[in-house]
Amino acid sequence: MAVTRHSDAVAPVRSSGAVSTWFTRHVSTSVGSLGRLFRQPFASLMIILVIAVTLAIPAALNLVIKNARSVSAGWDNALDFSMYLKRGLDESEAQGLARLIQQRADVESVQLITAGDALIEFKQQSGFGAALDQLSENPLPHTLVVRPSSANTSQSMILLHEELANLPEADVVQVDTEWVQRFHAILDIVKQAIAIGASLLGVAIIVIIGNTIRLDIQNRRDEIEVTKLIGASNAFVRRPFLWSGFWYGLFGGALALGLVQYGLFLLKDPVARLAGLYQSDMTVLSLTLAESLSLLGIGVLLGLVGSWFAAARHMRRIEPR
Amino acid sequence: MMIQLDDVTKRFPGGQEALSGLSLTIDKGEMLFITGHSGAGKSTLLRLIALIERPTSGQVIVDGQNTRRVKRRKIPAYRRQIGMVFQDHKLLYDRPVSDNVALPLVIAGVGHREASRRVRAALDQVGLLHKEKQNPETLSAGEQQRVGIARAIVTRPKLLIADEPTGNLDPDLSLEVMRIFRRFNEVGVTLLIASHDIALIDRMGCSRIALEDGKLAAEEEEDISWP
Repeated sequence: MAVTRHSDAVAPVRSSGAVSTWFTRHVSTSVGSLGRLFRQPFASLMIILVIAVTLAIPAALNLVIKNARSVSAGWDNALDFSMYLKRGLDESEAQGLARLIQQRADVESVQLITAGDALIEFKQQSGFGAALDQLSENPLPHTLVVRPSSANTSQSMILLHEELANLPEADVVQVDTEWVQRFHAILDIVKQAIAIGASLLGVAIIVIIGNTIRLDIQNRRDEIEVTKLIGASNAFVRRPFLWSGFWYGLFGGALALGLVQYGLFLLKDPVARLAGLYQSDMTVLSLTLAESLSLLGIGVLLGLVGSWFAAARHMRRIEPR
Repeated sequence: MMIQLDDVTKRFPGGQEALSGLSLTIDKGEMLFITGHSGAGKSTLLRLIALIERPTSGQVIVDGQNTRRVKRRKIPAYRRQIGMVFQDHKLLYDRPVSDNVALPLVIAGVGHREASRRVRAALDQVGLLHKEKQNPETLSAGEQQRVGIARAIVTRPKLLIADEPTGNLDPDLSLEVMRIFRRFNEVGVTLLIASHDIALIDRMGCSRIALEDGKLAAEEEEDISWP
């Protein structure tokens, strides 16, 4: 009965193969750890709740960013200049100007929105229809929507902007995209900040789970000692604690998912109302399946890392006396 | 030969020597008692065999394995070959008797069906099959010790070591435990039992060695000092 052949000294007859033994052992350990969680429902729930909230905050913020991006994505290719013409120009003059600008090499297309068209559209969309009817004359100018050709650089865009603005017919020339770009830059910064915050929260979860497992190990010190005394390896005594970490992480992730979905549910009606006001079909983007799974995966991963740290640190110290 | 100690010394960090140059051999199939005052080195001897401690010098060879060469990582596998019985039973009170007895089999990865068959066999051998579903807390001290013995023999070890197994038991229960040990010995298990209950040992008619200050005490001296 050499040490290397301990298994046949102990278990000459095995009812199943090594792999399925390994599997059933893990299944029974995981179920045992789960049972332990349920036997202390209040304490377990507290920890799971802390993990869930910690995971839900960055997930929700990320969702806000995602939605902001998707809403502004429609504006992204609006690289157009809105050229408001001086009042008093009639429609044929505006059309002539449009044709003239159309001939420029750095312009792709020009669209004329006459004052009349603009007023009709504005009446339909703004909800000020009745108020506008009170006006004796159309307050809106003719507008040329100038779409620069895609060959333009940011330098030539500035030049085009200046030249359009210097035309005698032009009143104001607006670049619609500047604020979109700024907005996206801000979103990028916020996203980075969320990523940094999320990493810190991730560390917090590792510490929370690690500490919980550490207490669990201390409470079960005698049991660990006895099992080691009758021949359990470190891996064997560590296993149930790793499973505890797994369950904490999984339930924490699942509850975080629930919290985010509930938040979305609460926001659904207000967003629909807002969308109605803007005559838009704006809907709130929810977490995709992949995002949901990665939220669960992150929870599980943090749970395993936390319990691994605690188990590796404290298990070695517990030796039979 | 099951156990061989060559000039084994165990010195603790404080400088106190628990064993001083102890040499002895225990044959396979023997049932041997170790006697001596508390502090004579009985427990230390058993702890060296179970690799809970390592000798300061000298060699401990158990069933052909020099414990000095058993690496830290291999200690669990080494321990699984030895059945151990403790004075305080060291049972786990959060699970029924059957799960306590099954623990060494679970550690060894024995399949569920085979494990439960062996658990029942082991409990039957100590006469506690009818209490397998109970919590050890509900059992008497003698019964708890028998559960501890069932756990020690469920893996069918060739060697069983016991540290004061009857230390907390009254004479009748002690005798019962000893009879169980005797039955294992009869089927070939080597037993090494630390005990100070000379009367009981004599009643069992087993061989014994006495330790005194970490050395073997002379037989004659022992007879005088233990009337």
